[in-house]
Amino acid sequence: MSDTRTPLSRARGLGSAKEGVHHWWMQRVTAIALIPLVVWFAISLVMLSGADYAVARAWIGSPLVMVLLTLTIVVGLYHGQLGLQVVWEDYTDGALRVFMIVFTKFIAVLFGLGAVLAIMRIGFGG
Amino acid sequence: MSVANRPERPLSPHLQVYRLPMLAILSILHRATGIALSVGGLYLATWVMYAASNPRAYALFQSFNVSIAGRIVLGGWLFSAFFHLFNGIRHLFWDAGYGFEIKDAERSGWIVVAAALVATAASWAVGLRLM
Ligand code: HEM
Repeated sequence: MSDTRTPLSRARGLGSAKEGVHHWWMQRVTAIALIPLVVWFAISLVMLSGADYAVARAWIGSPLVMVLLTLTIVVGLYHGQLGLQVVWEDYTDGALRVFMIVFTKFIAVLFGLGAVLAIMRIGFGG
Repeated sequence: MSVANRPERPLSPHLQVYRLPMLAILSILHRATGIALSVGGLYLATWVMYAASNPRAYALFQSFNVSIAGRIVLGGWLFSAFFHLFNGIRHLFWDAGYGFEIKDAERSGWIVVAAALVATAASWAVGLRLM
Protein backbone atom coordinates (compact mmCIF):
# COMPACT_ATOMS: atom_id res chain seq x y z
CA MET A 1 0.00 0.00 0.00
CA SER A 2 1.47 3.33 -0.94
CA ASP A 3 1.54 5.87 1.81
CA THR A 4 3.09 9.29 1.48
CA ARG A 5 3.36 9.75 5.24
CA THR A 6 6.59 9.28 7.15
CA PRO A 7 6.76 6.39 9.61
CA LEU A 8 6.51 8.90 12.46
CA SER A 9 3.35 10.55 11.22
CA ARG A 10 1.83 7.15 10.55
CA ALA A 11 2.58 6.06 14.08
CA ARG A 12 1.06 9.25 15.42
CA GLY A 13 -2.16 8.51 13.57
CA LEU A 14 -2.38 5.13 15.26
CA GLY A 15 -2.39 6.55 18.75
CA SER A 16 -5.27 7.70 20.85
CA ALA A 17 -7.18 10.58 19.30
CA LYS A 18 -7.30 11.98 22.85
CA GLU A 19 -11.05 12.32 22.62
CA GLY A 20 -11.88 9.86 25.35
CA VAL A 21 -11.59 12.33 28.19
CA HIS A 22 -13.72 14.86 26.37
CA HIS A 23 -16.39 12.25 25.74
CA TRP A 24 -16.34 11.14 29.38
CA TRP A 25 -16.40 14.72 30.64
CA MET A 26 -19.27 15.78 28.39
CA GLN A 27 -21.27 12.76 29.55
CA ARG A 28 -20.89 14.01 33.16
CA VAL A 29 -21.54 17.69 32.35
CA THR A 30 -24.70 16.86 30.42
CA ALA A 31 -25.77 14.48 33.21
CA ILE A 32 -25.57 17.30 35.74
CA ALA A 33 -27.44 19.68 33.44
CA LEU A 34 -30.13 17.03 32.95
CA ILE A 35 -30.88 16.58 36.66
CA PRO A 36 -33.11 19.67 37.00
CA LEU A 37 -34.32 19.43 33.39
CA VAL A 38 -35.56 15.84 33.72
CA VAL A 39 -37.29 16.59 37.04
CA TRP A 40 -39.01 19.61 35.52
CA PHE A 41 -39.98 17.70 32.41
CA ALA A 42 -41.29 14.65 34.29
CA ILE A 43 -43.61 16.88 36.33
CA SER A 44 -44.76 18.69 33.19
CA LEU A 45 -45.33 15.44 31.36
CA VAL A 46 -47.59 14.08 34.07
CA MET A 47 -49.62 17.31 34.12
CA LEU A 48 -49.84 17.47 30.32
CA SER A 49 -50.36 13.86 29.35
CA GLY A 50 -53.37 13.73 27.10
CA ALA A 51 -53.30 17.49 26.46
CA ASP A 52 -55.21 18.50 23.34
CA TYR A 53 -53.71 20.46 20.44
CA ALA A 54 -54.45 23.95 21.80
CA VAL A 55 -53.25 23.19 25.34
CA ALA A 56 -50.07 21.52 24.10
CA ARG A 57 -49.24 24.46 21.79
CA ALA A 58 -49.95 27.06 24.45
CA TRP A 59 -47.59 25.23 26.79
CA ILE A 60 -44.80 24.61 24.26
CA GLY A 61 -44.99 28.21 23.00
CA SER A 62 -44.73 29.99 26.35
CA PRO A 63 -41.37 31.75 26.70
CA LEU A 64 -39.90 29.85 29.67
CA VAL A 65 -41.07 26.46 28.36
CA MET A 66 -39.52 27.20 24.94
CA VAL A 67 -36.13 27.60 26.60
CA LEU A 68 -36.39 24.68 29.03
CA LEU A 69 -37.92 22.28 26.51
CA THR A 70 -35.26 23.10 23.91
CA LEU A 71 -32.56 22.49 26.50
CA THR A 72 -34.15 19.23 27.66
CA ILE A 73 -34.42 17.84 24.15
CA VAL A 74 -31.02 19.02 22.87
CA VAL A 75 -29.02 18.15 25.99
CA GLY A 76 -30.96 14.88 26.42
CA LEU A 77 -30.32 13.76 22.84
CA TYR A 78 -26.67 14.78 23.11
CA HIS A 79 -26.14 12.88 26.38
CA GLY A 80 -28.06 9.88 25.04
CA GLN A 81 -26.03 9.83 21.84
CA LEU A 82 -22.77 9.91 23.84
CA GLY A 83 -24.06 7.02 25.94
CA LEU A 84 -25.25 4.95 22.98
CA GLN A 85 -21.82 5.33 21.41
CA VAL A 86 -20.36 3.49 24.41
CA VAL A 87 -23.03 0.81 24.08
CA TRP A 88 -22.16 0.24 20.41
CA GLU A 89 -18.46 0.19 21.30
CA ASP A 90 -19.18 -2.58 23.80
CA TYR A 91 -21.22 -4.85 21.54
CA THR A 92 -20.10 -4.24 17.95
CA ASP A 93 -16.85 -3.75 16.09
CA GLY A 94 -15.42 -3.02 12.65
CA ALA A 95 -17.56 -1.41 9.98
CA LEU A 96 -20.81 -2.14 11.82
CA ARG A 97 -19.57 -0.25 14.86
CA VAL A 98 -18.62 2.82 12.80
CA PHE A 99 -21.91 2.68 10.94
CA MET A 100 -24.06 2.39 14.08
CA ILE A 101 -22.25 5.21 15.89
CA VAL A 102 -22.55 7.57 12.92
CA PHE A 103 -26.15 6.51 12.32
CA THR A 104 -27.00 7.20 15.99
CA LYS A 105 -25.48 10.67 15.73
CA PHE A 106 -27.38 11.44 12.52
CA ILE A 107 -30.68 10.40 14.09
CA ALA A 108 -29.99 12.54 17.17
CA VAL A 109 -29.23 15.61 15.03
CA LEU A 110 -32.23 14.99 12.78
CA PHE A 111 -34.75 14.73 15.62
CA GLY A 112 -33.06 17.47 17.63
CA LEU A 113 -33.14 19.95 14.79
CA GLY A 114 -36.71 18.95 13.91
CA ALA A 115 -37.84 19.50 17.50
CA VAL A 116 -36.07 22.86 17.85
CA LEU A 117 -37.59 24.15 14.62
CA ALA A 118 -41.01 22.86 15.71
CA ILE A 119 -40.74 24.66 19.05
CA MET A 120 -39.74 27.90 17.30
CA ARG A 121 -42.55 27.54 14.81
CA ILE A 122 -45.09 27.14 17.60
CA GLY A 123 -43.63 29.92 19.75
CA PHE A 124 -43.06 32.49 17.04
CA GLY A 125 -46.19 31.64 15.08
CA GLY A 126 -46.26 30.25 11.59
CA MET B 1 -23.24 -34.51 45.84
CA SER B 2 -24.80 -34.83 49.27
CA VAL B 3 -24.67 -31.95 51.68
CA ALA B 4 -22.49 -33.93 54.06
CA ASN B 5 -19.50 -34.28 51.77
CA ARG B 6 -19.80 -30.98 49.93
CA PRO B 7 -16.28 -29.47 49.87
CA GLU B 8 -15.49 -26.38 51.88
CA ARG B 9 -14.54 -24.34 48.86
CA PRO B 10 -16.44 -21.94 46.61
CA LEU B 11 -18.29 -23.78 43.85
CA SER B 12 -18.56 -22.15 40.46
CA PRO B 13 -21.94 -20.56 39.80
CA HIS B 14 -24.50 -23.06 38.64
CA LEU B 15 -26.20 -21.72 35.51
CA GLN B 16 -29.71 -22.71 36.55
CA VAL B 17 -29.62 -21.42 40.08
CA TYR B 18 -27.25 -18.50 39.65
CA ARG B 19 -28.80 -15.17 40.48
CA LEU B 20 -27.10 -11.99 39.36
CA PRO B 21 -25.87 -9.91 42.27
CA MET B 22 -28.03 -6.91 42.97
CA LEU B 23 -25.22 -4.53 41.96
CA ALA B 24 -24.95 -6.20 38.56
CA ILE B 25 -28.70 -5.92 38.03
CA LEU B 26 -28.61 -2.20 38.81
CA SER B 27 -25.71 -1.71 36.42
CA ILE B 28 -27.63 -3.38 33.61
CA LEU B 29 -30.72 -1.34 34.52
CA HIS B 30 -28.76 1.90 34.15
CA ARG B 31 -27.84 0.91 30.62
CA ALA B 32 -31.34 -0.36 29.79
CA THR B 33 -33.02 2.80 31.09
CA GLY B 34 -30.45 4.96 29.27
CA ILE B 35 -31.36 3.24 26.01
CA ALA B 36 -35.08 3.53 26.79
CA LEU B 37 -34.70 7.25 27.54
CA SER B 38 -32.85 7.78 24.26
CA VAL B 39 -35.80 6.29 22.39
CA GLY B 40 -38.05 8.38 24.64
CA GLY B 41 -36.15 11.50 23.54
CA LEU B 42 -36.94 10.73 19.92
CA TYR B 43 -40.57 10.22 20.93
CA LEU B 44 -40.65 13.56 22.72
CA ALA B 45 -39.17 15.27 19.66
CA THR B 46 -41.86 13.60 17.55
CA TRP B 47 -44.59 14.86 19.90
CA VAL B 48 -43.33 18.45 19.54
CA MET B 49 -43.21 18.10 15.77
CA TYR B 50 -46.79 16.82 15.73
CA ALA B 51 -47.84 19.78 17.86
CA ALA B 52 -46.29 22.04 15.21
CA SER B 53 -48.24 20.31 12.44
CA ASN B 54 -52.03 20.22 12.01
CA PRO B 55 -54.63 19.39 14.69
CA ARG B 56 -55.74 16.15 13.04
CA ALA B 57 -52.26 14.65 12.90
CA TYR B 58 -51.69 15.69 16.50
CA ALA B 59 -54.98 14.14 17.64
CA LEU B 60 -54.04 10.88 15.96
CA PHE B 61 -50.69 10.85 17.74
CA GLN B 62 -52.33 11.69 21.08
CA SER B 63 -54.93 8.94 20.68
CA PHE B 64 -52.10 6.44 21.15
CA ASN B 65 -50.74 8.30 24.17
CA VAL B 66 -54.05 8.14 26.04
CA SER B 67 -54.62 4.46 25.20
CA ILE B 68 -53.74 1.69 27.64
CA ALA B 69 -50.54 0.95 25.70
CA GLY B 70 -49.68 4.65 25.79
CA ARG B 71 -50.20 4.71 29.57
CA ILE B 72 -47.86 1.76 29.97
CA VAL B 73 -45.23 3.58 27.90
CA LEU B 74 -45.70 6.68 30.06
CA GLY B 75 -45.30 4.66 33.26
CA GLY B 76 -42.23 2.96 31.84
CA TRP B 77 -40.77 6.31 30.84
CA LEU B 78 -41.36 7.78 34.29
CA PHE B 79 -39.70 4.85 36.05
CA SER B 80 -36.80 4.85 33.58
CA ALA B 81 -36.30 8.59 34.02
CA PHE B 82 -36.36 8.48 37.82
CA PHE B 83 -34.20 5.37 38.08
CA HIS B 84 -31.60 6.66 35.62
CA LEU B 85 -31.66 10.07 37.28
CA PHE B 86 -31.10 8.79 40.82
CA ASN B 87 -28.66 6.10 39.74
CA GLY B 88 -26.88 8.68 37.58
CA ILE B 89 -26.34 10.80 40.70
CA ARG B 90 -24.95 7.65 42.35
CA HIS B 91 -22.58 7.30 39.39
CA LEU B 92 -21.46 10.92 39.79
CA PHE B 93 -20.63 10.27 43.45
CA TRP B 94 -18.49 7.32 42.38
CA ASP B 95 -16.78 9.53 39.80
CA ALA B 96 -15.99 11.96 42.60
CA GLY B 97 -14.49 9.08 44.57
CA TYR B 98 -17.20 8.31 47.13
CA GLY B 99 -19.15 5.18 47.98
CA PHE B 100 -16.96 2.44 46.51
CA GLU B 101 -17.22 -0.04 49.40
CA ILE B 102 -19.51 -2.93 48.48
CA LYS B 103 -21.62 -2.23 51.56
CA ASP B 104 -22.01 1.44 50.59
CA ALA B 105 -22.75 0.59 46.96
CA GLU B 106 -25.44 -1.85 48.03
CA ARG B 107 -27.03 0.62 50.40
CA SER B 108 -27.04 3.45 47.86
CA GLY B 109 -28.41 0.98 45.31
CA TRP B 110 -31.42 0.17 47.46
CA ILE B 111 -31.96 3.88 48.11
CA VAL B 112 -31.99 4.49 44.34
CA VAL B 113 -34.51 1.70 43.75
CA ALA B 114 -36.79 2.92 46.54
CA ALA B 115 -36.55 6.56 45.44
CA ALA B 116 -37.33 5.66 41.82
CA LEU B 117 -40.39 3.62 42.83
CA VAL B 118 -41.67 6.32 45.17
CA ALA B 119 -41.14 9.10 42.61
CA THR B 120 -42.86 7.06 39.89
CA ALA B 121 -45.84 6.28 42.13
CA ALA B 122 -46.06 9.87 43.37
CA SER B 123 -46.00 11.40 39.90
CA TRP B 124 -48.56 8.85 38.74
CA ALA B 125 -50.84 9.77 41.66
CA VAL B 126 -50.49 13.47 40.85
CA GLY B 127 -51.31 12.73 37.22
CA LEU B 128 -54.45 10.81 38.19
CA ARG B 129 -55.69 13.70 40.34
CA LEU B 130 -55.18 16.15 37.50
CA MET B 131 -57.01 14.02 34.98
C1 HEM C 1 -32.95 12.53 28.51
C2 HEM C 1 -32.45 11.88 29.51
C3 HEM C 1 -31.32 10.87 29.46
C4 HEM C 1 -30.95 9.99 28.47
C5 HEM C 1 -31.57 9.82 27.09
C6 HEM C 1 -29.81 9.24 28.98
C7 HEM C 1 -29.15 8.24 28.28
C8 HEM C 1 -28.01 7.60 28.70
C9 HEM C 1 -27.34 6.51 28.03
C10 HEM C 1 -27.81 5.86 26.73
C11 HEM C 1 -26.24 6.18 28.75
C12 HEM C 1 -25.22 5.09 28.44
C13 HEM C 1 -25.46 3.90 29.32
C14 HEM C 1 -24.30 2.94 29.33
O1 HEM C 1 -23.22 3.24 28.83
O2 HEM C 1 -24.50 1.85 29.88
C15 HEM C 1 -26.20 7.07 29.88
C16 HEM C 1 -25.18 7.07 30.84
C17 HEM C 1 -25.15 7.92 31.92
N1 HEM C 1 -26.17 8.76 32.35
FE1 HEM C 1 -27.81 9.21 31.29
N2 HEM C 1 -29.49 9.69 30.23
C18 HEM C 1 -30.40 10.69 30.56
C19 HEM C 1 -30.45 11.39 31.75
C20 HEM C 1 -29.51 11.34 32.75
C21 HEM C 1 -29.58 12.08 33.99
C22 HEM C 1 -30.71 13.01 34.41
C23 HEM C 1 -28.50 11.77 34.69
C24 HEM C 1 -28.28 12.37 36.06
C25 HEM C 1 -27.27 12.27 36.78
C26 HEM C 1 -27.69 10.83 33.90
C27 HEM C 1 -26.47 10.27 34.25
C28 HEM C 1 -25.74 9.39 33.51
C29 HEM C 1 -24.40 8.94 33.82
C30 HEM C 1 -23.56 9.38 35.02
C31 HEM C 1 -24.03 8.02 32.82
C32 HEM C 1 -22.70 7.29 32.69
C33 HEM C 1 -22.77 5.96 33.34
C34 HEM C 1 -21.53 5.15 33.17
O3 HEM C 1 -20.43 5.69 33.33
O4 HEM C 1 -21.65 3.96 32.89
N3 HEM C 1 -28.36 10.58 32.72
N4 HEM C 1 -27.29 7.92 29.85
